[in-house]
Amino acid sequence: MSDKNEATKNARPLAPLVPGADEAGHPLVELTHVEKHFGDLHVLKDINLSVDKGEVLVVVGPSGSGKSTMCRTINRLETIDSGVIRIDGKPLPQEGKELAQLRAEVGMVFQSFNLFANKTILQNVTLAPIKVRHMDKKEAEDLAMDLLARVGVASQAQKMPSQLSGGQQQRVAIARALAMRPKVMLFDEPTSALDPEMVNEVLDVMVELAHEGMTMICVTHEMGFARKAADRIVFMADGQILESGTPDEFFDNPKTDRAKDFLSKILTH
Amino acid sequence: MDAFMELFREYDVLGAFLVNIELTLWSALFSLILGVVLVMMRISPISSLRTVAGAYVELFKNMPLTIIMVFMVLGVYAQLKLEFSDTFATNFFWLAVTGLSLYTAAFVCEALRSGINTVPLGQAEAARALGLNFMQSASLIILPQAFRGSVAPLGNTLIALLKNSTVAAAASVSTETSSLMKEMIEFHADAIVQIFLIFAIGYVIMIIPIGVLTTYLSNKLAVRR
Repeated sequence: MSDKNEATKNARPLAPLVPGADEAGHPLVELTHVEKHFGDLHVLKDINLSVDKGEVLVVVGPSGSGKSTMCRTINRLETIDSGVIRIDGKPLPQEGKELAQLRAEVGMVFQSFNLFANKTILQNVTLAPIKVRHMDKKEAEDLAMDLLARVGVASQAQKMPSQLSGGQQQRVAIARALAMRPKVMLFDEPTSALDPEMVNEVLDVMVELAHEGMTMICVTHEMGFARKAADRIVFMADGQILESGTPDEFFDNPKTDRAKDFLSKILTH
Repeated sequence: MDAFMELFREYDVLGAFLVNIELTLWSALFSLILGVVLVMMRISPISSLRTVAGAYVELFKNMPLTIIMVFMVLGVYAQLKLEFSDTFATNFFWLAVTGLSLYTAAFVCEALRSGINTVPLGQAEAARALGLNFMQSASLIILPQAFRGSVAPLGNTLIALLKNSTVAAAASVSTETSSLMKEMIEFHADAIVQIFLIFAIGYVIMIIPIGVLTTYLSNKLAVRR
């Protein structure tokens, strides 16, 4: 845990993007004994995980290991069979208004971007602040333009999502999530659908966000990013968390055979 | 040719077509509203609403329109004493509109549902993940895209509706085309071919532009992904 304290200590002056990032780390996201089945398939087996405020957690593992599912349970895009998920101390509501409110606090970035195809880039970013946070339109647009400038796509604000490259779309998706001022950001394989030359522009934004103290849970196959930005790495396989440790511990001294096997397969090239 | 002129002079053919157009426009409006409500029920998170909407669609989609129309007159009006107006013609007109709307709404719902199937699941997930509630994601994200994806089936539904409006005869709307045609045949059995041609071509003329327009719109409005 010392690495995390260090991260908090070394945090740069409070970034406006991440309200409350300077508060001492207490568990912001907590999963306790979470179980989930898809029919006969046991996809999440007794998942226990706690993510502190300001922590950057990277989840790695072979495909089908349940990492995306776990990520999606945190804002209840997937329901769980048993166990408890708490966000900022409060258990995840089942449905209705409370759930919508909670989701507004949890930003999510998808593998396939999922920008609203019938809205312009600007509208994509302003929609939720206006409709959910009841922000004034002008204010929301200013915020959106700021965020779009931060992720480097301000000049595309009036275009439709289909007119942008994948990398640009994903950066807009990050801006859209940030516009809600989330407490935590979930990234579900954000670069997996991108052409190789566009991966870095998205990772750069994520690294920047991590440095600014955003609490992040990233499911990714980008090991370079994991090493560079993660405070902690969680290795999942077959629906279980097998290892959890700092990037150095995990990459240099993986404890389990499964992790060794996984790393040998991805790091040989 | 003289026979055509004679028929047009003697009967208000254009007026009859106008009645069908009126029936169609009102029914299109009401069935669109009801169809949107139904499709929202069908995709809603509340299972009882889904069941009710599903049952409605199955019931009205599979019931002959004539039976609905006759029920509007004999059941709703004669038995249940529900009437829209004291004037006979107006009353039957609106009864016919009601019957057509109830029937067509089931098809509008199905057309829209096919449109909703063209909207990737991720769109709804992204909306939910941002904290939008069901009504907001449905009305701002899903339905606008679904409409654009279902222009062609909606156009076909409109075409069917226009043709179905002739069944209003079964609801005692006596001024519309099929009633007029029957009347014309009765008095001009010698000009039966011309009478058929007038109505057949009349409908073709009305319907071809609808088809052209929907093809144009469905290309123009298609959601680019």
